[in-house]
Amino acid sequence: MLALGVGLYGAEASARPAEAIRPPGALPEQDFLAACVRCGLCVRDCPFDTLKLSELGDNVATGTPFFEGRKVPCEMCDDIPCVKACPTGALDRELTDIGKARMGLAVLIDQETCLNFLGLRCDVCYRVCPVIDKAITLELVHNPRSDRHAMLLPTVHSEHCTGCGKCEHSCVLPEAAIKVLPHKLAQGKSAEHYRKGWVEREAAGGSLIGEQHQLPMRGLEDRKYGDTRVAPGYVPPSDAPVKPGGIDSGWKP
Amino acid sequence: MSAASHTQPAVPPAPTEASSRASVMTRPGAEAVKVKGWLRAHKWLLLRRVVQLGILVLFMLGPWFGLWIVKGNLSSSLTLGVLPLTDPYLLLQSVAAGQVPYKEALLGGGIVAAFYLLFGGRLFCSWVCPVNMVTDAAAWLRRRLGIKGGKVPSEYTRYWLLGLTVLASALTGSIAWEWVNPVSMLHRGLIFGFGLSWGIVLGVFLYDLLIASRGWCGHVCPMGAFYGVLNSAALIRVTADKRSGCDDCMDCFAVCPEPQVIRPALKAVAQDHPLILDKDCTSCGRCIDVCGKDVFRLTTRFDRSES
Ligand code: SF4
Ligand code: SF4
Ligand code: SF4
Ligand code: SF4
Ligand code: SF4
Repeated sequence: MLALGVGLYGAEASARPAEAIRPPGALPEQDFLAACVRCGLCVRDCPFDTLKLSELGDNVATGTPFFEGRKVPCEMCDDIPCVKACPTGALDRELTDIGKARMGLAVLIDQETCLNFLGLRCDVCYRVCPVIDKAITLELVHNPRSDRHAMLLPTVHSEHCTGCGKCEHSCVLPEAAIKVLPHKLAQGKSAEHYRKGWVEREAAGGSLIGEQHQLPMRGLEDRKYGDTRVAPGYVPPSDAPVKPGGIDSGWKP
Repeated sequence: MSAASHTQPAVPPAPTEASSRASVMTRPGAEAVKVKGWLRAHKWLLLRRVVQLGILVLFMLGPWFGLWIVKGNLSSSLTLGVLPLTDPYLLLQSVAAGQVPYKEALLGGGIVAAFYLLFGGRLFCSWVCPVNMVTDAAAWLRRRLGIKGGKVPSEYTRYWLLGLTVLASALTGSIAWEWVNPVSMLHRGLIFGFGLSWGIVLGVFLYDLLIASRGWCGHVCPMGAFYGVLNSAALIRVTADKRSGCDDCMDCFAVCPEPQVIRPALKAVAQDHPLILDKDCTSCGRCIDVCGKDVFRLTTRFDRSES
């Protein structure tokens, strides 16, 4: 009975989405819980005291290693001593390039408080990133509030982000607007059969269904394709009477 | 204490028998202290505590003083940067859960398993496991307070649990017993920090104190059962070779964490030789300590002599 209870409890607990950020090279969570013997040798060999063994009451399987980037991030050691220390393979020694570690994924989770999203220039998370300009970039977009400035939005790219937590650690706000989450919580997944037309077209060196006729766009006939800017005082060509659009268009079914 | 009424221990007069029995139950070994002196009557107990605490201190030197002789904990450790040791029971569960551990862990598990297989698996229980001190303390207090009764599960419960934890590991794909294991909770807690794990250790203490005499280590703990299996061919064994001198004071039964193992050797039940060969005997040597007649001593399993 006791064993059954323990087994069920264990199965239930490991079925919860893991919120812990594991050390570099950690196996997928389910395999990790089967492989890690909770010895703490990885913890001992981390020179920055990043890693901790969870205690009963932490929301992480008791005794397993994890870290909180906001407190002490992973410094992405070149020689990855934590992985070398692990005797069981719960931290996979296939990982030899720390840049390939995927401990979690940074997500700019609060766009209402991030200073850059407010149109200011903070950039701290971007500047501290060890994989700067690859894992995190500043994307320039028009600031609709002032209508004359740019916003430089910190944008994380899953292809390069290691989940080290340096960005979360350094966010200047009292509560970080950028946070590292386990991939399970941070990422969606496209359906297998989805194809992006523009990617396919690039790969094939041309449209797969023949070049398409570009239809003229009313009011933009004299512009280059893609140019939708409206000059001050611009009046559309007047050979057709200008009708109001949207709900005032007068169109009836 | 009523040792004063215990003047003729060899043939206690009938009227005082009940009270002397009661004294045996609360203070076994009083006779041995009188005959052998306190130190000799606690020799093996003291030695075991020194070894248990010494091993613990070896693990603590790192976190306390930065002296890294041993890193890790009982689950897996690295000594002086070269000697890997891993708990084979954990490895068994990990393998059952479908993992193939690296060779360090396999080597470490092999070394530990080979050592205990040779010398006796349950030496782990009496000489290494930190929970032993907790359950010994509970047993001592239970005797002192004269707590009786409760509900003791079958002594085979642990072997069922051993099988079930391995099965549960296979079914859930995780190291099942580590969700509760008080041994690693206590050891890891002391070295890396407890969180709420002390609650589990307290639970074991209270269980042994109030509900089941010697319940945890003698009946429930599947880790003890695992090391019990490794104990089947133990080299180090206790013999009752001077059993002819036994005066039936019952002190050894009162202190033994696995009292059922003594009878066959001491009373020649279903065996002729005086060796305690039962795999549940932890070779703790407490029976040697408390016997005023020096009936017991530690020896090897090949020594069947009787004197
Ligand atoms: S890579 Fe370095 S800093 Fe990061 S967890 Fe491992 S040892 Fe610690
Ligand atoms: S070294 Fe490996 S087995 Fe030990 S706690 Fe770290 S991940 Fe787990
Ligand atoms: S977690 Fe943050 S700092 Fe680390 S690689 Fe990802 S974006 Fe950069
Ligand atoms: S450090 Fe924080 S506030 Fe500053 S840009 Fe990054 S997420 Fe925004
Ligand atoms: S039975 Fe279990 S808890 Fe008791 S001493 Fe042995 S391993 Fe430790």
